Amino acid sequence: MPHRIAALGLAALVVACGGDAGDSLTVGAWGGAYTRACKLAYYEPFIAETGIVIRDAQYNGGLAEVRAQVDVGRIHWDVVPMEIADAVRGCDEGLLEPLDPSMWAPGADGTPPEEDFFPGTLTECGVGAEFYATVIAYNRENIAGPEPRTMQDFFDLETFPGRRGMRRKPMGNMEFALMADGVPPAEVYELLDTPEGIERAFRKLDTIKDEIVWWEAGAQPPQLLADGEVTMTTAYNGRIFNAQVLEDQPFEIIWDGQLLDFGQMVIVAGTPNLEAALEFLAFATTPRSMARVSANISYSPTRYSGLPLVGAHAEAGVDMLPHMPTSPENLERALRNDWEWWVNHTDEMNERFSSWLAR
Amino acid sequence: MHVAFCAAVLFFLMAPILVIVPLSFNAEPYFTFTEGMLRLDPEAWSLRWYREIATSDVWRSALVNSLVIGTAATALATFLGTLAALGLSSPNMPARRFLMGFLVSPLVTPVIISAAGMFFFYSRMGLGQTHLGLILAHAALGTPFVVITVTATLTAYNTTLNRAAASLGAGPLRTFTRVQLPLIAPGVLSGALFAFATSFDEVVVVLFLGGVEQNTIPRQMWAGIREEISPAILAVATFLIVFAAALLLTVGWLRRRAAGTG
Amino acid sequence: MPRGRNWRPQLRAAGLALPLVAFVGVTFVAPLATMFSRSVYDAVVADALPETLALLEGWDGESAPGEDVFAAAARELMEAQEERVIGQVAGRVNRVQGGMRSIVAVTGRRLAAAPDGSWRETFLGIDPAWGEAGTWHAVRTAGERYTSRHYLAAVDLRRLPDGSIARQDEDRRIYLRLFARTFLVSLSITGLCLLFGYPLAHFIAHAPPRRAGLLLALVLVPFWTSLLVRTTSWIVLLQGQGVINDILVALGLVSDDGRLALIYNMTGTFVAMTHVLLPFMVLPLYSVMRGIPRSHMDAAASLGAGPAQGFLRVYWPQTLPGVGAGSLLVFILAIGYYITPALVGGSTGQLISNMVAYHMQTSLNWGLASALGAIILACVIGLYLLYERLAGTEGVRVA
Repeated sequence: MPHRIAALGLAALVVACGGDAGDSLTVGAWGGAYTRACKLAYYEPFIAETGIVIRDAQYNGGLAEVRAQVDVGRIHWDVVPMEIADAVRGCDEGLLEPLDPSMWAPGADGTPPEEDFFPGTLTECGVGAEFYATVIAYNRENIAGPEPRTMQDFFDLETFPGRRGMRRKPMGNMEFALMADGVPPAEVYELLDTPEGIERAFRKLDTIKDEIVWWEAGAQPPQLLADGEVTMTTAYNGRIFNAQVLEDQPFEIIWDGQLLDFGQMVIVAGTPNLEAALEFLAFATTPRSMARVSANISYSPTRYSGLPLVGAHAEAGVDMLPHMPTSPENLERALRNDWEWWVNHTDEMNERFSSWLAR
Repeated sequence: MHVAFCAAVLFFLMAPILVIVPLSFNAEPYFTFTEGMLRLDPEAWSLRWYREIATSDVWRSALVNSLVIGTAATALATFLGTLAALGLSSPNMPARRFLMGFLVSPLVTPVIISAAGMFFFYSRMGLGQTHLGLILAHAALGTPFVVITVTATLTAYNTTLNRAAASLGAGPLRTFTRVQLPLIAPGVLSGALFAFATSFDEVVVVLFLGGVEQNTIPRQMWAGIREEISPAILAVATFLIVFAAALLLTVGWLRRRAAGTG
Repeated sequence: MPRGRNWRPQLRAAGLALPLVAFVGVTFVAPLATMFSRSVYDAVVADALPETLALLEGWDGESAPGEDVFAAAARELMEAQEERVIGQVAGRVNRVQGGMRSIVAVTGRRLAAAPDGSWRETFLGIDPAWGEAGTWHAVRTAGERYTSRHYLAAVDLRRLPDGSIARQDEDRRIYLRLFARTFLVSLSITGLCLLFGYPLAHFIAHAPPRRAGLLLALVLVPFWTSLLVRTTSWIVLLQGQGVINDILVALGLVSDDGRLALIYNMTGTFVAMTHVLLPFMVLPLYSVMRGIPRSHMDAAASLGAGPAQGFLRVYWPQTLPGVGAGSLLVFILAIGYYITPALVGGSTGQLISNMVAYHMQTSLNWGLASALGAIILACVIGLYLLYERLAGTEGVRVA
């Protein structure tokens, strides 16, 4: 009997190790509505055009996976859509391929790429993808009395009892805590530069710590709201928007104190699929691809010539511009993520944050 | 009172498992019984989530991966484990206690530690993110079950049968395949089932060693639970409960057979 | 040549076991061994900055070192930059002193072939931290090939620049607390399992055979059911809009907006782990109890012992091996538990294994992960040896 099983196993082994058909790229994926938008906007057209298969690898930010792959010398991710602070840190550490900006497609009107991308969105190893925001969101059905309006309300457990969802990372939470504590957006990073400021942010977070449900993947907050697991949560604006228009969820976004951010696409240093990865990046960052992302989720292009191409939501038909984090109305009390601060402090803050969590 | 207490404990053990089954037929994407379900409204019940997993590429490839890795790991573990058990149960085995401890070490080591160690070693050997790496790792985790069950069966095995076979002119190999193996087969098989169940349910090593192409059912469930729980997971869970019950029946049947012949 | 014992049977027995011993050695023990070597050995910085470290040997440690050290560091950091190991070097130094990662990485990037004035000025121009003795202490410590710092860190200690050992800063002490928490949680869960499992095992062991088989199946089905399925069930049951809260609300025991927080905290970890581990208690108890003849209790009764006395004096002592085996098994498994707390424990329900996973996957402090793992494994092996004493290896039989 064992012989027969062994033979079967051997056959399976041959099948399992029997080679890989055609080119493929492994791309980090943030999951949920965002990955869906990327698929519609450029995965599928890219596959159709080049025949290169795209595989998703679950990614929730940070450098851990990439560092681990580079450290043990086996690269199996090719392209990662990263938060800008991570992209710059990864570049500093030699984890990412340097990219030449002239490789990218010119603007829709022929402007050279260096001028068509918003200033700062092209860096040594990264190419700008889209603007998004971390906002406070709530489910109208779970709020009995008056609805919350401000960042202060998020930290106000008396007026708005119930659990709160927050991302299990210091970035964003520190800023939100200070703004809720009365610090104007313009002074947040100045304050975080001092030990007292960091202490103050943690003290503010302490006031709601017992009520926090931590999330890691961007798809969780809408789920937490829909399940009534939390009363309010921090979330990426696009996912809340999609739940509103595609699933008719009674969610609301509080734009007060939104943390405006942009993402970049990067290539992991030493990938064996460099050429295909470059091709993919160029494809994914054309003004047209960016506009297609914007037609499926409320994130706005990082290229000037992409903006005029943004119209209505592909399925819901809603005009997208007013829902973008960059629309003037939503920018009123926004905080622009000072990613340079995070480039210098992420490691230290991660450490403090994880010991604060474990306490 | 004793009876009531035991009934409560059994309820605690079984209820969480049973509650999954009806919820997997929920027509709504919720995790709780809707009013319609409680009224037994046929509209509220559906096979929607079963259709979803049946047509999903992700779940299909996860199933294939789980089966390939599980089968190969089981074959390897069963073959090596049975051989070793034969050696270990021989009265002539030197350093038996120590060896037994060595061979069951994958069972007692917390799996997070095994997985962490394997991560470094397998990556350096070029076995990270490969099916082969996971097969070897799962085989290592499964061997203790084979060793333990087969050794246990062999203690019940009457060694005079070997001598009888030898006196009738059978060589050692013939004695093994014709006399000993059929008698210990139930033990070997239940060891193999344990090894298979271990691999089929293993997620930590897969999380550390597997890449996107080694997505198995437990890993897909893990990702599903961490990201967004869709009732599709409940459909998969129901399938796994049925699978567990089938395994249990098989092992029970084998046990009775072993007891009958041993 | 003396005619000694005939060694052939021994050789044959050993030969049969050899393939598996070799297999387990290569696929399992060797990986653990390499991992533990990481907890005491790390050559990344030592290999990248050999000359700098050699020169630092002669440094007084009071103020910033001399120009020769800066010059060597400049050369070696530039080389590290070129060979793309600067990130790893920066990461290692950062672990000794927070905030160093970006300082080292940026310095590596900005250094140019020729100094701007002296090398010292160049370094200070890039980041004034290079003028502080502490920075160089961090470099020197990270450059130790063999180190005990991961083990010290694993028990909330650290080495000061003068070589003495001190406790970590208050807000960084987490591991001892986590070890204690893990120990207490495991102990409580073991207690709960014994409390639930003992009467149940007794009931099954002394039920009529047909019914016993059925009852045993009710213990075995959960035992064989996928761990992830069982964890999913508890999420379904315990979450805010879950089945249990729905029932409580329907019964009017809690109000709709006062739903209990039963999951993503310690409660969730407790309930789910007790459920998962209970069969491991029931099964060994059951197999011991089944071997105790009824006649013993009858004999005790006929000698005038009341039921309580009979139980305490006659029955209980005979079940002690099962109690010991089951408890140790549950305790060992609980100490190393990872999946269930990770999924239902939230931030307050995490155990030490989750910290190992955190350092493996997120902070990538593999030395510390290895040291924590070694400590857990040492506890487990100690307990296992005790278990083997009580139960013999056959006791590991689980169904």
